[in-house]
Amino acid sequence: MIQLEGVTKHYPRSNRPSVEDVNVFIDKGEFVFFIGPTGAGKSTIIKLLLREEVPDKGKISVGDMDVTKLRRWKVPAYRRSIGCVFQDFRLLPNRTAAENVAFALEVIGKPRSVARRVVPEVLELVGLGGKEHRYPHELSGGEQQRVAVARAFVNRPLLLLADEPTGNLDPDTSIEIMRLLDRISRTGTTIVMVTHDSNIVNQMRRRVIEIENGQIVRDQARGVYG
Amino acid sequence: MRAKYVMSEVFLGLWRNISMTVAMIITMAVSLTMLGAGLLLYNQVDVIEEYYQTNLEVVIYLDRDVTEEVTAQIESDLKSNQYVAQVEYESQDKAWERFQETFKESEELVATVNPEVLPAAFRVKMKDINDADALIGEFVDREGVYQATNQKDILQQVFDILGGAQRLTLIVALVQGVAALMLVANTIQVAAYSRRREVAIMKLVGAPNWFVQAPFVMEAVFAGVIGALFAFGTLIAAKVFVIDGQFSDLFNLMPPVEWNSVLLLLPILAGISAVISAVTAWITLRFNIKV
Repeated sequence: MIQLEGVTKHYPRSNRPSVEDVNVFIDKGEFVFFIGPTGAGKSTIIKLLLREEVPDKGKISVGDMDVTKLRRWKVPAYRRSIGCVFQDFRLLPNRTAAENVAFALEVIGKPRSVARRVVPEVLELVGLGGKEHRYPHELSGGEQQRVAVARAFVNRPLLLLADEPTGNLDPDTSIEIMRLLDRISRTGTTIVMVTHDSNIVNQMRRRVIEIENGQIVRDQARGVYG
Repeated sequence: MRAKYVMSEVFLGLWRNISMTVAMIITMAVSLTMLGAGLLLYNQVDVIEEYYQTNLEVVIYLDRDVTEEVTAQIESDLKSNQYVAQVEYESQDKAWERFQETFKESEELVATVNPEVLPAAFRVKMKDINDADALIGEFVDREGVYQATNQKDILQQVFDILGGAQRLTLIVALVQGVAALMLVANTIQVAAYSRRREVAIMKLVGAPNWFVQAPFVMEAVFAGVIGALFAFGTLIAAKVFVIDGQFSDLFNLMPPVEWNSVLLLLPILAGISAVISAVTAWITLRFNIKV
């Protein structure tokens, strides 16, 4: 599903974390944690997978696509096969929960009839049934993150990237979000999650890849935070 | 659906940044008015040139005391000259009639002029007005010839004035145009900043690039077209109130500025303005903010 071969990315003019010769293979349907201290390069890997950045060296393939060789104009189509969730939710404040999810469908040209059918379904799935018409500021942090997950999942992506999705949430809410991600994982979606929440990693008992100074120092199936 | 979204974003964007939008439209309107005026002048110079090319004459004025013999000799020489198409003799009496006709509005001037001082003349139509100097060279020093004038030389001054005005309008159009485009670039940057959340999400979920860029490009195009409409209105007003109105006497001296050529300016100005604005917006997005 995902293959990183000798991936290297430096930022010579800034102190953003770089990655150095990273080799990873992630199978379809796997649930993988990337852990490690702040500045280790975890989020850089997410950026590389999203094709927000291009590696200096090495090759990244996702599905049957060579992401490193992707032409600029093909990037949008590539991103449609990926869902993404962030620490700061990234919802539009002037749109309701349902509208936020529908927005993701609208802007890739899905007809409104599809949105009318799919959006309530996916909001129900993430446990927000009945709160479709609330605005983000009327929702709790956990609920906002559920909206974000619903938006990431509404296109049924093959890959879901989560960059510290529980970073702004209290432990109980974090566990609810993790249950949700787990459920999504069971539908066959590959999930790559960056976190430094040791409780979550220890509870989930999934594959753990630890990064330090841009290099993989541990890759363990059913691992713990360490 | 998506078109509706783009349009609502366009108007929202223009409205949110209304002072900049107005500044952008005004500068564009001024620039395009000047461009339009410049194009009209350009066209007018052509029309005038064509008009006079067939009507210009060389006038050979005769001495007041010229004898009939000399006059007849000059006439026959003119008629047999290779450059000459047609010769018309204008006696002093006829010259006086023409003078009275030309200055009929200024009776005092007519009253002060003695018919005797007006010279008789040959009005010579040339085969090609560009040979006028050669013809004048042959005749100006002859006995009985007082002076020879080429109307083209007089007209040249009019052309010089028109040409100068044309250059001036085009320079103003260019300077204002550059200012307008900078305002477009700035407006687009502000718009992109105020919509950065939407843009980030659109890119994240894989909205096509053209779709992400469309509202911004349309904003610029919209402002450009409105600017062109204002410029067109100004030119119409200039035609009605200046050319056909207050200064109509002045403009009657030359062939009229046709309505057709004024109306033709609308599609030209709107087209130029829309395309240049769109390209500016697109370049701004592409290189400055990577939308």
